[in-house]
Amino acid sequence: MSEALVFASPFSLLFDPLSHEFMRRALMVSALVGGVCGLLSCYMTLKGWALMGDAVSHSVMPGVVIAYALGIPFSIGAFVFGVGSVALIGFVKQKSRVKEDTVIGLVFTGFFALGLVLVSKIKSNIDLMHILFGSPLGISQSDVNQTLIISLIVVIILLLFRRDLMLYCFDATHARSIGINTSLLHYLLLSVLSLSAVVGLQTVGIILVVAMLITPGATAYLLTDRFDRMTLLAICSSAISSIVGVYVSYWFDIETGGSIVLVQTIIFLIAFMFAPKYGILKSKSSIPF
Amino acid sequence: METVIEKDKRIDFFRIEADQVCVDYNGTVALYDASLKLKPGCICGLVGMNGAGKSTFFKALMGFVRPSRGKIRINQTMVPHAQRDQAVAYVPQNEGIDCSFPVSVWDVVMMGRYGSMNFLRVPRESDRRAVWHALERVELLDLRKRPIGALSGGQRKRAFLARAIAQRASVLLLDEPFSGVDVRTEKLMAELFLQFRQENRTILISTHDLSHVRDFCDLVVLINKTVLAYGETSEVFTPENLTMTFGGMPPDLLSGPTGSSEFK
Ligand SMILES: Nc1ncnc2c1ncn2[C@@H]1O[C@H](COP(=O)(O)OP(=O)(O)OP(=O)(O)O)[C@@H](O)[C@H]1O
Ligand SMILES: [Mg+2]
Repeated sequence: MSEALVFASPFSLLFDPLSHEFMRRALMVSALVGGVCGLLSCYMTLKGWALMGDAVSHSVMPGVVIAYALGIPFSIGAFVFGVGSVALIGFVKQKSRVKEDTVIGLVFTGFFALGLVLVSKIKSNIDLMHILFGSPLGISQSDVNQTLIISLIVVIILLLFRRDLMLYCFDATHARSIGINTSLLHYLLLSVLSLSAVVGLQTVGIILVVAMLITPGATAYLLTDRFDRMTLLAICSSAISSIVGVYVSYWFDIETGGSIVLVQTIIFLIAFMFAPKYGILKSKSSIPF
Repeated sequence: METVIEKDKRIDFFRIEADQVCVDYNGTVALYDASLKLKPGCICGLVGMNGAGKSTFFKALMGFVRPSRGKIRINQTMVPHAQRDQAVAYVPQNEGIDCSFPVSVWDVVMMGRYGSMNFLRVPRESDRRAVWHALERVELLDLRKRPIGALSGGQRKRAFLARAIAQRASVLLLDEPFSGVDVRTEKLMAELFLQFRQENRTILISTHDLSHVRDFCDLVVLINKTVLAYGETSEVFTPENLTMTFGGMPPDLLSGPTGSSEFK
């Protein structure tokens, strides 16, 4: 692939891959998943839930393995374990004096280890590498369907509760004092996180899914002071990184999940350097004389 | 504003009713047998030393800490019900918010209206007018487009007060609204509170500046873990009571004829 690259016209570079069914599918799924995770990433970064995202995404591992072994849709197993890990974290934190980040680290590594053990024991046709690193180029139609349904659920919930969730992240005390049910919002956000982790691992795999859940939000956060613009920027940057990542992975024949996250990271670094207001290279001329 | 007056022509009931409220934090008693009854259209000062339980009392009134005993009613209903009715606005001592959150001052004040909006929180014209009006009242209209993190401490305080104003609640619980604001804002806020009283709202304010209590509080509550004294300012705000509240400090320091206003 890479030798051909030198001679190919830009047109054929962009459109030739689209002649393959698997590429069209991969691009569509990755863009969708990117957009959904990008939207959620705003809430994750503003709420300071990066570690929680990491925890949930690692904890779904045993759920995926068990679901494959039982022959049920993998998303159900993943969701159950994602929510289960969150519930367990909350329970242990409440009942012991161990600090929250310790509890989170403890629970998710435990779940992840359980997943690894199960994979080695069950010896089914699950490809460990697919779960760990994702494989959007080899995604099956039934997985595409699951991804579509879950993405739709996540987007609807996030759009319906957009304002309430923003208020909850910003000032939960005020939310409570005007009669909003904040524990409902808390669990809603955690459920949406579990669902997004499930779709995210389709494209980039369990290990890197947390990047999908925080990097776009962090990038957008550097670019704007308005929440609505931040969500739009996060969605766009995330979807674009996914598309570019899939192309790059096709052209150079490299690992897809890695290339998507790498593109996201590069976009973040560009924002980090050149963001108009918060970049490190911003013009110093704003000091009045 | 109109709604508050319309709805509450009746004044023969209690807006805030706390009956023998006890609060403890994991066994440490913070508040014991605190009782208080406030009618519509009054300003009540809550005075006590650091750690006396003023903030705890506010949190109990808002249902944020669970009283181990006692009964609390706001506008004759249970607290959650009153909250859903947008009957209470609460401005905590420290907002405890993330100041780098990407929202503007306007957005923050608009959050005061969320409870009266539809499920999707789409602002109507009346909501925008309420926000505009509230910002005007705290003189922040010029800064409405600024990110909330780009305000000074005192300005931020005013923004959160504006949010409470925009809510148009009939009960306002303000935990140390005067800390860290300048003289001009202090005056502005005092005028605002007097106006709220005219509109038959009830305001509970905790403060460490005793001259405020003399200047515009109708009632005063002296607390130190429990309500030590409570009633008309003229009757309760005596040197003896203050000595009792602040534990043995010379009364002339606390309530002398000039007091802390001698520099004005
Ligand atoms: N979350 C908490 N956990 C344990 N103890 C607490 C907690 N919050 C307050 N306290 C204790 O309860 C008592 C009352 O505290 P509170 O914050 O109500 O005082 P305050 O009157 O508002 O004081 P200040 O004037 O300093 O604001 C204090 O002794 C304090 O140490
Ligand atoms: Mg206090």
